[in-house]
Amino acid sequence: MKKILLFMVLIFMIAVPVIHLAQSYTVSITQIVEHPSLDSMREGFKDRMKEAGINVQYNVHIAQGNQANNVQIANQIKGENPDLILAITTPSAQAVAQKIKETPILFTGVTDPVAAGLVKSLMIPGKNITGMTDMSPILRQVELIKEFLPKIKTIGTIYNAGESNSVVLIKVLKEVCKSFDIKVEEASIANSSGVYQAAKSLVGKCDAIYIPLDNTVVSGLEAAIKVCRQNKLPIFSADTDSVKRGTVAALALDYYRMGLQTADMAVRILSKNAKPGSTPVESLQNLQLFINPNAAKKMGIAIPKQVLDRADEIVK
Amino acid sequence: MISLYAFMGALEQGFAFGLMVLGVYLTFRVLDFPDLTVDGSLPLGAAVSAVAITNGYHPFLAMSMAVCAGFIAGAVTGILNTKFKILHLLASILTMISLYSINIRIMGRPNITLLGQDTLIDKFMEMTGLAPYISTPILFAIISITGLIAFIWFLKTSFGLAMLATGDNPKMITSLGVNRDMMIIFGVGLSNGMVALSGALVAQNQGSADVNMGIGTIIAGLASVIIGETIFGTKTITCAMISAVLGSVLYRIAIALALGMRFGDFAFTPSDLNLVTAVLVIAALVSPQIKANVLGRRLRA
Repeated sequence: MKKILLFMVLIFMIAVPVIHLAQSYTVSITQIVEHPSLDSMREGFKDRMKEAGINVQYNVHIAQGNQANNVQIANQIKGENPDLILAITTPSAQAVAQKIKETPILFTGVTDPVAAGLVKSLMIPGKNITGMTDMSPILRQVELIKEFLPKIKTIGTIYNAGESNSVVLIKVLKEVCKSFDIKVEEASIANSSGVYQAAKSLVGKCDAIYIPLDNTVVSGLEAAIKVCRQNKLPIFSADTDSVKRGTVAALALDYYRMGLQTADMAVRILSKNAKPGSTPVESLQNLQLFINPNAAKKMGIAIPKQVLDRADEIVK
Repeated sequence: MISLYAFMGALEQGFAFGLMVLGVYLTFRVLDFPDLTVDGSLPLGAAVSAVAITNGYHPFLAMSMAVCAGFIAGAVTGILNTKFKILHLLASILTMISLYSINIRIMGRPNITLLGQDTLIDKFMEMTGLAPYISTPILFAIISITGLIAFIWFLKTSFGLAMLATGDNPKMITSLGVNRDMMIIFGVGLSNGMVALSGALVAQNQGSADVNMGIGTIIAGLASVIIGETIFGTKTITCAMISAVLGSVLYRIAIALALGMRFGDFAFTPSDLNLVTAVLVIAALVSPQIKANVLGRRLRA
């Protein structure tokens, strides 16, 4: 009996300080739609928080692509009164930014946070909000395509004119291509079933197709790959998952790592009392090069040795 | 189960979409004209008002411009149907898909932010000094109840009565010397004017106008009309219209419940939301029938 008592007291003495040390936080997550890149940002975020030894309880909300739900989710989160809000994608971030003015908000996967009205400037965001931009490294992506096709004259691209991120990307793509003296041939679509037609319309008009980070086109990517195989037209993407599906290559942001880095920002805000308003918006510098030799062969294009040598992953 | 904020949020959205539901009620029930233009005219109202607000116009003026734009969009659908003899469903789909391109043209890009702009919500908040989660539902309730009263008044005028009859008995109305085509064009226009006004409110509430925000509007509108009808009844036209607005509020409360639902260890995943919402709506639809059946049996027994 005495032994048991002593044992209990010992456990109590050890457990009490442990309980006190492990402070627990609530983080509410809002995301417009479920989608592999967006989901891996969320997973990266959770994994890094666990690694950092921070005890977090999550409330995950996904609006299923419906913006009316998005606003309702922002209200729901206000009621949850979390320690931090993670907003994945532009519309989700805009809705919480409109509704919640005190709780720190971290956004991620937003291409142009200034144009979206989320922050005043990338260096000094102001208010209760900061985060990470996923602006594509388009300059380096076009440089990669030029390594494959040194004589490229025209580049074709497919995007959804209704996705604000894509519109920003195409604007940058045109500026970059202008400096390389490459013409850009655009095909815009309204939903993923339009991808096949759009890809066909580009055949004969360009030397390669570049797919930006566009949710609609990426969902219907197989159609474009099919057209490119039939017409020996190389297709490049801006994300690595698409290389696994059959594009030739991508120099891309790794969304999982983006989630990790967003979590680092969260740790600074939660446990080191950093103020979101004075924490600059970050971007991911570490790029990943994925290559699919099989796809290259089918589209009649050779992989330069120097590119193959520095690839992070060669898709089998 | 749902927090105060989520409940107030459901009220605010219910009223913001209330005008849209009235618009759907007008075409769907009064004119007997299934109108899908709304999926395009809701973002149209958002786009026009957002462009006007960001250019420094007073939110009231911006919202009136939205109403005009919505009216024109609806009238186009009406003209396609009556003058060019295109089936109403197809005519409205044609207007809806063209509005997608037009909305991007109006905004110059797919998304215009209203964060940091002086919207009607901010002005009302300054005026009343109430917290946003209380002042927004009050503001939206005032707007949609005003719209409701104006609409009820309109349907009691002789012009409104003619419109009511247009859907009920087109032959009679023509024999009475009323121009049926004009009634349809004006009615669908009026309906979409209300939908666009609703879009302007929604944009100010969500902090941005986005070209994709109209997706699913017609489904929400029809679900709200039907929920309102089954729960609050349709004895008189006034009663039916009040039911439509209350139906909109109930529909949003149903969604708030679906978003916040948890049963002990079992929790729905976010991807179940659509299913849960559908089940809640179905429950609202069938419960009166079940009640009637049970009562009927008891009476017979």
